[in-house]
Amino acid sequence: MNIKNTTKGFTDFFKDNSKIRNYLPQILTLLFIVFLIGYFTYNAQVNMDNRGIDFGFHFWGQEASFDIQFSLIEYDGSHSYGRAYLVGLLNTILVAVIGIFFATILGIIIGVSRLSSNYLISRVAEWYIEIFRNIPLLLQLFFWYFAALRALPLPKEAINFFDVSFLSVKGLYIPKFIWTNFDIFIYSIIAAIISIIFVYNYARKKQEQTGTQTPKFLISLGIIIVLPLLTFLIGGVSLSFEYPILKQMSETIFNYVGGAKIIPELMALAAALSLYTATFIAECVRAGILGVSKGQKEAAGSLGLTTGQILRLVVMPQALRIIIPPTTNQYLNLTKNSSLAAAIAYPDIVLVFAGTAMMQTGRAIEIVSITMATYLTLSIAISILMNWYNKKIAIKEK
Amino acid sequence: MIKKINILGTPTQDKLNLFVPMGIFFIILGFLDVILNAHFKINLTSFLPIWINYFAPLIFGFLGLHYIRIEFSGIKILDNLNKNINSNGFNALLTLLILFVLIQNIPPLLNWLFFDADFIGTSKEECSREGACWIFVNVWLKRFIYGLYPNAEIWRINLSFLLLIGFIIAGFLVPVKAKKYIIIFLLFVFPFIAMNLISGGNFGLEWVETAAWGGLSLTFIISIFALLFCFPIGMFLALGRRSSAPIIRYSSIGFIEFWRGVPLITVLFMASVMFPMFLPDGTYMDKLVRVIIAITLFEAAYMAEVIRGGLQALPRGQYDAGKSLGMGYWRMHLLVILPQALKLVIPGVANTFLALVKDTPLILVVGLLELVGMIDMAKSNPDWLGFATEGYIFAGVVFWIICFNMSRYSQRLERRYKTDR
Amino acid sequence: MYKYIKQLTSLFAVIAVLFAFAGEAMAAKKSKTLKNTQKKGFVRCGVSQGLPGFSNADASGNWTGVDVDVCRAVAAAVLGDAGKVKFTPLSAKERFTALTSGEIDILSRNTTWTLSRDADIGLTFVGVNFYDGQGFMVRKDSGITSTSQFKSGLSACVNIGTTTELNMRDFFTSKGISYEPVVFEKADEVVAAYDSGRCDTYTTDKSGLAAQRTKMKDPDAHIVLPETISKEPLGPVVRQGDSVWEDIVRWSLNVMIEAEEYGITSANADAMKSSENPQIKRLVGAEGELGAAFGLDNDWSLRIIKQVGNYGESYKRNIADTGILPDRGPNQLWTKGGILYVPPAR
Repeated sequence: MNIKNTTKGFTDFFKDNSKIRNYLPQILTLLFIVFLIGYFTYNAQVNMDNRGIDFGFHFWGQEASFDIQFSLIEYDGSHSYGRAYLVGLLNTILVAVIGIFFATILGIIIGVSRLSSNYLISRVAEWYIEIFRNIPLLLQLFFWYFAALRALPLPKEAINFFDVSFLSVKGLYIPKFIWTNFDIFIYSIIAAIISIIFVYNYARKKQEQTGTQTPKFLISLGIIIVLPLLTFLIGGVSLSFEYPILKQMSETIFNYVGGAKIIPELMALAAALSLYTATFIAECVRAGILGVSKGQKEAAGSLGLTTGQILRLVVMPQALRIIIPPTTNQYLNLTKNSSLAAAIAYPDIVLVFAGTAMMQTGRAIEIVSITMATYLTLSIAISILMNWYNKKIAIKEK
Repeated sequence: MIKKINILGTPTQDKLNLFVPMGIFFIILGFLDVILNAHFKINLTSFLPIWINYFAPLIFGFLGLHYIRIEFSGIKILDNLNKNINSNGFNALLTLLILFVLIQNIPPLLNWLFFDADFIGTSKEECSREGACWIFVNVWLKRFIYGLYPNAEIWRINLSFLLLIGFIIAGFLVPVKAKKYIIIFLLFVFPFIAMNLISGGNFGLEWVETAAWGGLSLTFIISIFALLFCFPIGMFLALGRRSSAPIIRYSSIGFIEFWRGVPLITVLFMASVMFPMFLPDGTYMDKLVRVIIAITLFEAAYMAEVIRGGLQALPRGQYDAGKSLGMGYWRMHLLVILPQALKLVIPGVANTFLALVKDTPLILVVGLLELVGMIDMAKSNPDWLGFATEGYIFAGVVFWIICFNMSRYSQRLERRYKTDR
Repeated sequence: MYKYIKQLTSLFAVIAVLFAFAGEAMAAKKSKTLKNTQKKGFVRCGVSQGLPGFSNADASGNWTGVDVDVCRAVAAAVLGDAGKVKFTPLSAKERFTALTSGEIDILSRNTTWTLSRDADIGLTFVGVNFYDGQGFMVRKDSGITSTSQFKSGLSACVNIGTTTELNMRDFFTSKGISYEPVVFEKADEVVAAYDSGRCDTYTTDKSGLAAQRTKMKDPDAHIVLPETISKEPLGPVVRQGDSVWEDIVRWSLNVMIEAEEYGITSANADAMKSSENPQIKRLVGAEGELGAAFGLDNDWSLRIIKQVGNYGESYKRNIADTGILPDRGPNQLWTKGGILYVPPAR
């Protein structure tokens, strides 16, 4: 009798004191998390003491003493591990940007084709999506790198594009752009872009006030062609090319010297990422276009607009609102998937930093943490940007 | 422009009998040119300069399609064709391009894949190298499916999977009362049985170390285990994220965003390289167990977002009604919210599972050999060099079949559960 | 008087018991790895993913090679049977973390002994079982016969995270040649890239070059250039912090080499028990108490020699007879012109 009363008193205590009910789970969770982190840290400390390893980031300034195959900035083995990290990071961003560019173009084409009335085109787009979406990305990457690009010929019999560009098993050689006064050229481009923005604003204002259209596309085209051209003629900017030339290094080994080289690892990774992500972007585009209510298209048609104009002026602006959030998600996925470069020899941050640098220094915990933190920062930055964009374009309900 | 050079005038219905035969003639000419060029090496239009020669079939076909583009011709087939693939010049061009590309490439591909390929044999010499050498796949098939598992013990893996499939089928067929028991059995008892069967060590079965597990069976083991455990963890995370207690909410958000922000490769590195440092000195957790834990936590974050979408989609009225009936938090969620929310998220869960299966090949970077890893090992065997393409095509086909069917099934589920609401 | 005797006896009893416990505790503290190995019943050995002559598995899963023989020697010494070893194939990337994480107890994977590896990452090298150097391999038809013919723009395939990657850089920089390093994780991928023409040359330890050549499509189309550009002493590695286990592995290897010095082979090891030479008798366990220093019985060295053979037998069986490197080079006894000179087991 007494026990029953005490237990009843106990549960009643909980029911009546809502404060404790609120705070107890939180305190328990906090204690659990703190305990877990403490347990792991203690074990790590003990393990490292036993093995004689110390925890620290002083490897960051040490000499790397390994070379990297492809780097956008000046780098060789005498630079520090920190600089090697930067090289890897830039390579990751490079392949991500190239992948995003091609994936978007391809995705839009495939998405729009999927909705075409042409039976053949829409079927082909559908089969493309089904095939490339259901095969794992790693397998596609292996196929492109180990099967397709390895089958290219040796430099001596390289595939020739108009004698300025050569494709062989060692890579794609293109002419190198050699600029003088490159900054003047950049300034002219920036000036052209700013003036185009002004032109568009002016045209919009004029249309709102008087209703007349100005040929803003032609004017913009003119500006962006004429201004940079002027810099060539009177600004002192000049461009010359350095062409790749076949050089014989021994009886059967040939190589191209001069010119710029795109390594096959980069090509395979960019190709696999683009083809794979394009399928998802195509589905987003399709969902976006289908999401615009039919009434919009019919109303535009009844106003006498052609199909092209309907797509451009009525459907796409509304569809973009639906398309952009999931597409940005796909861009994020593409950036994360670029870490697959570790499986082929492309020197991105995982191969250079969490691969070679980790193996040479042995600092597993520090290096893996830095790598994960890098990707986390990229993801969170893009998510914040996307949230801001979503808030800005959200249709405010009255 | 076509109209300007067209001396015969625009194709209209009254001149039907003039234009349609001409159009068909040109179309057939175009196709014939392509077929003869591609497969029989006969060039009909070799007398033309090289650029026109290359594009000749395209020009013929385009002209032909232009001629048969008659509005309201009255012939049903022609009308359907025109509306579909011939509605304007651009469409016609694309159609022709697609058809020509297919005609040029599909027969040699089929040849290489099936007609010239070797299917039966036991050694490399029996491969004639004209077509694909499927003997390679034949000989290594056992290794691709079972990894390095000893041949004599393969019946144990087979038995585990047969039991699993059997119980799942039984779960569909038995009356509702017994379903609960089957689910509890599958969730709690079956993993132990499967572990003992496959790993061995007890009951007189020989112990097989996890480094020997591999191939397609390893893919399935990892996927099923990860799915089993990531679902409840994801559910708790989703509920935690929506809770009003700040500590629980922010720790859930932090956990979810962390796992969603890093790529799976770094997670696998963390599991294989960093995680052993966090265990007490002297204890050793098997690499496969660590990898499964890492993949489970990774997928649980994605699952949590999917389930959260379902929880958000429920109208507030459900929560209000539950509270007004005096239900506590857990009771309300168990009896009212979760059954409805889970029905909504089934397609999302299926998608996440699909993504999980597609992500399993990544474990080969930490040294576990599932299907793609086994193919890598097989193709570097000195006796079987040079068969990389056949191996990758085989893996691609296997994965494609699995993933395609799963996505079809999830689409069907989505359709079925959509009508319920 | 009785009281004193009783007190004294009980005091002695307590002291004896204390010593017994202390001795037990001290013996137990001696080697966690040894205790775990004896409990498990097999030695966990990390090897390569298939390097003929060093560690290679045949179609039925039997491993052979000189690195394999080191692990088998330890198994013979500690567990009595050289077959009680479980081999874990590891890539260059995971080899050290597998050791530090406790997945394996010995890493016998033609690993180069360097300062940073010995001192900085929690490992200890216990000896050298193969003295080697780094070299280059090129195709025969390229016409290159010496590294002095290398020109700028060369592309070289290497394994990631190896001393090869670093030495290659030192070599090319000192010669002023600009090159392109193509790094892969698995040795098979490196070889495939070199074979397909993606790289002009393949560089690793010369023994590795010789071994990988046997796995290529056309072994005779490739040659190993004569120059050696670095020192690569390859040997077994164990975790830092377990000195008894270190000693066991070190002296298992030393015993194999010293047995060849005294002419003891697996065939005549038993007969050598009746030899005149006291050192021979010590090596076959007929004299002395060497095993007790590690906590093993006295037949530990005899078992090694009988079940695995001496160093020369292991080399001949795995590397010379298979045609990989018939000439022992520096891997010959110091009495016969090589540099194998180990401390005496006494």
